[in-house]
Amino acid sequence: MEAFTTHTGRAVPLRRSNVDTDQIIPAVWLKQVSRTGFEKGLFAAWREDPAFVLNDPTYENASILVSGPDFGTGSSREHAVWALQQYGFRVVISARFGDIFRNNSTKMGLLPVVLPAEVVEKLQAEVEADPALEVTVDLAAREVRWAGGSAAFEIDDYTRWRLLEGLDDIGLTLRHADDISTYESGRQRWLPTTV
Amino acid sequence: MGLTLAEKVWERHVVRRADGEPDLLYIDLHLVHEVTSPQAFDGLRLAGRKVRRPELTVATEDHNVPTVLGPIADPVSKAQVETLRKNAAEFGVRLYPMGDAGQGVVHIIGPQFGLTQPGMTVVCGDSHTSTHGAFGAIAFGIGTSEVEHVLATQTLPVYRPKTMAIEVNGELPYGVTAKDLILAIIAQIGTGGGQGHIIEYRGEAVRKLSMEGRMTVCNMSIEAGARAGMIAPDETTFAYLKGRRHAPTGEAWDTAVEYWRTLRTDDDAVFDTVVEIDASTLSPFVTWGTNPGQGAPLNTAIPAPEDTGDPAAARRALEYMGLTAGTPLTEVRVDTVFVGSCTNGRLEDLRVVADLLRGRTVTARTLIVPGSMQVKADAEAEGLHEVFTAAGAEWRAAGCSMCLGMNPDTLSPGERSASTSNRNFEGRQGKGGRTHLVSPQVAAATAVTGRLTAPADL
Ligand code: SF4
Repeated sequence: MEAFTTHTGRAVPLRRSNVDTDQIIPAVWLKQVSRTGFEKGLFAAWREDPAFVLNDPTYENASILVSGPDFGTGSSREHAVWALQQYGFRVVISARFGDIFRNNSTKMGLLPVVLPAEVVEKLQAEVEADPALEVTVDLAAREVRWAGGSAAFEIDDYTRWRLLEGLDDIGLTLRHADDISTYESGRQRWLPTTV
Repeated sequence: MGLTLAEKVWERHVVRRADGEPDLLYIDLHLVHEVTSPQAFDGLRLAGRKVRRPELTVATEDHNVPTVLGPIADPVSKAQVETLRKNAAEFGVRLYPMGDAGQGVVHIIGPQFGLTQPGMTVVCGDSHTSTHGAFGAIAFGIGTSEVEHVLATQTLPVYRPKTMAIEVNGELPYGVTAKDLILAIIAQIGTGGGQGHIIEYRGEAVRKLSMEGRMTVCNMSIEAGARAGMIAPDETTFAYLKGRRHAPTGEAWDTAVEYWRTLRTDDDAVFDTVVEIDASTLSPFVTWGTNPGQGAPLNTAIPAPEDTGDPAAARRALEYMGLTAGTPLTEVRVDTVFVGSCTNGRLEDLRVVADLLRGRTVTARTLIVPGSMQVKADAEAEGLHEVFTAAGAEWRAAGCSMCLGMNPDTLSPGERSASTSNRNFEGRQGKGGRTHLVSPQVAAATAVTGRLTAPADL
């Protein structure tokens, strides 16, 4: 996984709530067996509308998505995270995230930042007023900063550490392989196997 | 203080606990399908890792397979299915491929084979893994990175979610189903209401549900924002499991049942959140918008956006759906009816649809897709397929089909469906398609009249 420490970039406001993962990457894009090329499918249906915010050249090269609440609800497809990252996003800011999406993001190094709804709206408004506004997302300090303000966000120590170090979860778990074997020797006998 | 059902099952699966870290949880059953697994197997291969416990892993082909048997015409879908076959063979994972009698939607075949049992932990790279919670298991959907993690270690690092009780008091009125109940719950608590929680559905109305109905309820927990939903196991659960292929037998059965009986929330346990619902006030429920929380009783009118919790979202949804506030829901005409999916693609669902279609004719395109090949065989043994085809409906082979439109079964832009599936997101059933989520009963009645209809009004 790519490490995440601090990121400074431009932001794009997505003024919609309940942006489900079917919108982030529609199902037709999930047939690939590789991990690349998903940026083309990002918000594929919405991008057909010339008025959609990602089609606005003012926000070109934005790397921070500032969305309405309940971002990433619905399907567990990690492809949604891949699509956002491959399109160029490093951070998504929202008042609330779908649990699985949020989890998937932190496995891949896309930072989901939860801020109170009023702060998200304020940031959206300021970005709309000045699309060139630089926003800094500082994971070490757990803080988002921009010319007009700043806001602290919460993230648990363990996830933060993993992101700061860019650590692979499987490698971390395999350090405890003995614990897994011990647990396995005590499992109930009747538990089913698939064979 | 006592423990909740979720806490009991969770504690039993903790492999390792350390301060400030998520619990390392053991996974009893890992379900795999063609769409979210290829990149996970690739990851294993790149790192030179094996599947730690292939015998606790099972794979099937469901999301993108056609529901008319024969070769897959779409080359990209075909490549994905072939990749799963190659991976299953290489890593020694049991696979139920298309055409096999055991194939079906991943959340239908787990319970059907008795692989899903009380007190287990079950995961799958699919958000509707919550379905398996109907047996008193902790079951939740995971992303592809986590699929790889489970394949490699048979564990997952997870923070213990909070607990939520949804107490459904009173009895469901005649003709009101598990699907109506869960749609009403989601409309009440919202699509983010269960976020960060494991929901336990409790109360008289829940106890009276069949296993099929309980699966329908738990299935849509994710639509309320919760990763998992559970129902304590009881005699209904044991009766369902007994004799199934992977259920314990003989003495092991007795020991298992004895343990399963302890899997209930203690009287003095405390939930983080409690929601109460009065079942006796419910009636058939449908969605009018583009998220599962945008629903209303079928005998009401489409609400004005200002009267909803999120007016901007409601306005956008009505525009996408091509609907006007104030229109009675029963006047909404539909082009297509879809009966199937892991929400309502089981034998019990097909029986009620057949009861309503018997001797009647459908006026909308009607697709009936069994959740598994076993469901198909059982339905045909009862002659249900003859009822469907006599009514003019199409009877298909097993798969996810029009639930997510990855296979050829899709809506065209602007086409409107009544669907027994679980998601009415924009474009879910095909680009530009408009979906109303309904129960199997309402789906059948709607197929007959061509507009959203309660069975009582046939
Ligand atoms: S039937 Fe629908 S919801 Fe269920 S697993 Fe298939 S695509 Fe997902």
